[in-house]
Amino acid sequence: MAEPVLEIRNLNVDYGLGDKAVHAVRDVNLTLHRGEVLGLAGESGSGKSTLAYGLTRLLAPPGVITGGEVVYHPSSAAAYDVLGLSDQQLRAWRWAETAIVFQGAMNSLNPVHKISTQLTDVLKAHDPKMSEHSRNARAREMLKLVGISADRMGAYPHQLSGGMRQRVMIGMALILQPQVVIMDEPTTALDVVMQRQILGQLIELRERLGFSVIFITHDLSLLVEFSNRIAIMYGGRIVEEAPAATIYRDALHPYSKGLLSSFPALRGPKRELAGIPGSPPDLAGMPTGCSFHPRCPKAFEPCSTAIPVLGRPDTPDGAGRSVACWLHPAEQPVSAV
Amino acid sequence: MTSLQDAKAPANEVVLEAIGLTKHFPVRRRLRDLFSSSEKKAVHAVDDVHLTLRRGKVVALVGESGSGKSTVARLLAQLYPRTDGDIQLHGESTRVKGGSAFRGYAARVQMIFQDPFASLNPVHTIRYHLTRALQIHGHAGRTEADLEAALTDLLGRVSLTPPERYLDKFPHELSGGQRQRVAIARALGARPEALLADEPVSMLDVSIRLGVLNLLRDLKERLNLAILYITHDIASARYFADETMVMYAGRMVEGGDSETVTQTPAHPYTRLLIASAPDPDRLTGDLDPTEEDRGNGEPPSLIDPPSGCRFHPRCPAAMPRCSTDLPVPLTIGDAPGHWAACWLYDVPEGAGK
Repeated sequence: MAEPVLEIRNLNVDYGLGDKAVHAVRDVNLTLHRGEVLGLAGESGSGKSTLAYGLTRLLAPPGVITGGEVVYHPSSAAAYDVLGLSDQQLRAWRWAETAIVFQGAMNSLNPVHKISTQLTDVLKAHDPKMSEHSRNARAREMLKLVGISADRMGAYPHQLSGGMRQRVMIGMALILQPQVVIMDEPTTALDVVMQRQILGQLIELRERLGFSVIFITHDLSLLVEFSNRIAIMYGGRIVEEAPAATIYRDALHPYSKGLLSSFPALRGPKRELAGIPGSPPDLAGMPTGCSFHPRCPKAFEPCSTAIPVLGRPDTPDGAGRSVACWLHPAEQPVSAV
Repeated sequence: MTSLQDAKAPANEVVLEAIGLTKHFPVRRRLRDLFSSSEKKAVHAVDDVHLTLRRGKVVALVGESGSGKSTVARLLAQLYPRTDGDIQLHGESTRVKGGSAFRGYAARVQMIFQDPFASLNPVHTIRYHLTRALQIHGHAGRTEADLEAALTDLLGRVSLTPPERYLDKFPHELSGGQRQRVAIARALGARPEALLADEPVSMLDVSIRLGVLNLLRDLKERLNLAILYITHDIASARYFADETMVMYAGRMVEGGDSETVTQTPAHPYTRLLIASAPDPDRLTGDLDPTEEDRGNGEPPSLIDPPSGCRFHPRCPAAMPRCSTDLPVPLTIGDAPGHWAACWLYDVPEGAGK
C-alpha cells in the first residue's frame, strides 16, 4: 500500500467542557494514504463532520480537541503533528497542504465578490510575492481544469448555476495544489446528474494531480462507487473500515450491513428492505457498551457492557480491514499497530 | 394518453385526476419592461400534466429539483390556483380557493411535507397537532374519552407506541423519523382518500428512511389510500411505487409501471437519470467513457423554455424534429401502459436504440 499522508491517532473531540461535555468523536484512528479516496460514511450526528473539522483545527467553540494527534506527512519533509502547530504555521498549512470543501459549498462563495477576486485572494494570502498577472493566469487555469470557461472569471456567484458554483469551490480548494482535500457532503445539494459529472471530474483530477481525498457523505452507495476505502462512523466512533468493494460485498458490522440494506437497488431483483429500527443515538446520552447495541439485531451479552475495540477481525481476509464489534473480536487492535 | 391509462387496471377506483394541469408563475416586470412591447413573461413551472391517483396505488413523480414536481403536488392540494387544466376528485371538477370549500377538499386530500422539522409547530405538543387535525375535520368525537381514543389510534397507526410516551412531547424532543410519523398521523387525522407526499423521506437519516416508506406502504394497504410519492431518488420510486412518472422541466416525459420505467427506460432523459444514480455494482471510480459526453449541461430556464422537446439541447439522440415539434406521449410496446414523450418512438420500428 502507498505511504500514508495523514494519520489520525486516538483523536477525541468534545463539545463543551467538564461533566456536561458531549463526546462527538471518540478514539478515532484513521490513515489516509497518498492518492486514495477515503470515504467516511455515517448518519447525521455520527461525528463525521466534527472529525473533519477537528483534524483541520477548524472547530468553533464549544468544540474542543481533548486528545490524540493528527500526523501530516509532507511530500518532502519530516512528518509533524498538526495539532501542535502554531497559529502562523497552521495558517500556512491550511489550504496549501490540506484544503476543505464545505457542506453546501455552493453557498460558501461571497455573493458580493467576483469569482476572480475570490480565486486570487487565496493566492494573495499564501504567496504575497506572486504578481497579479500570474495570479490571474493561475485562477484561469484552475477554472479550465474544473470545466468552466475562463471568460466566467468576471462573473458573480449568482450568475452561475449550483453545479458551476460547486466546481468553482473545488477549483478553489485545489488552487494551491494541496496533498489532501477534505470534502464534506460536497454534492448533497445537487441533482444526481450533476453529482455524477462533478464526482467523475474529481476522480479524473485526482489521477492527474495525485492528491488524496477524504470524502464525507451519508450516501453509502455513492461511496462504494467512488472511493477506494470506506470508514463507517456511528456514535462518534469508527465501527468498520475496509476497501470499498469488501464493505459492499461482505460488511461485518451489523450497522454497516443495515446501512447497505437501507438503499433500494435500482437493478437486480426487488427485495423487501427494512432499514434499521430505532433512531440514531443522542450524543448526550450515549448507550453503554457498543453504542449501536439498542438497534442491533445481533446484540448479545457483552454488547451492552463493554465497548468493542476497532481491530483486525478473525476472518480469512482480515488483513487490510478492521471492525469494532463483539461478533468479530479484534485479534490486533488498530491503536496498537 | 387517457386511453392508455384507462386500459390499466380499471378495477381500481380513480380518486384524484389531473388533466392537462398547467401552472405559470408570472415574473415581476421591471419598470423598463412596462414601456417595451415585450410579452408578459412567466415561469412555465408545470405544463400539460396528466396524472391519475387510484385507491390503494402509489404513483411516483420523479425529477430533478426545479422540474416542477412539487408544484404539481401543491396544485393537487389546491394550495396554488392553477393556470389551466383541470383537477377532478372522483370525476368532478374542483376548484377551491379557501374557506369551507378548501377544508372539505383537504379532508379528502392531505399533504405531507418534506421537512418535519419545519412542518410541526415547535411551541405546541404532539397532542395539540393531532387534536387540531381531528377537530377541524370533525373526527374528535364528543367526549374527552373519544378524543383520547382517536389520538391513541392515530399514533398506533404510525407505530408510535405506547402513545403516552409521545402525546405530550414537543417536536424538538423527537427524532426526525418520529416527527415525520407525527406529520403522517396528522394527515391521517383528516381520514383522507389521497395523500400527497412531497419528498417525505429525503430529510431523514438514511437508516430510518425505509422504515417511514414501509409505514406509508402499510397504511396504503390497510386504509386503501391513493398516494402520490414525489422524489428525486428513482431507486426509491422503484421500491415503493406501483407507477412511476418522470418529469423534466415542467413536462411529463415518461410514465408507466415502475419496474418497466426503471429497468427499460425509453426516454433519453430517464436513461440519463438512471445512469447517473449511484450504483455500487459499478466498479470503483471506473466511469463509463461513453457517459462522459452524455447529458452535459443543465436543465433549461423555464421562463423561456426550449422549443419542441425541452430536453433536446441536452439529448444525445436529438433529431432536427425535436427542436421544432413538441413530442406527444407515444406508446412503447414493451409493457402495457408504458409511454414516453419522445420522437424516437414515433416509428414503431425505431423503438429502442
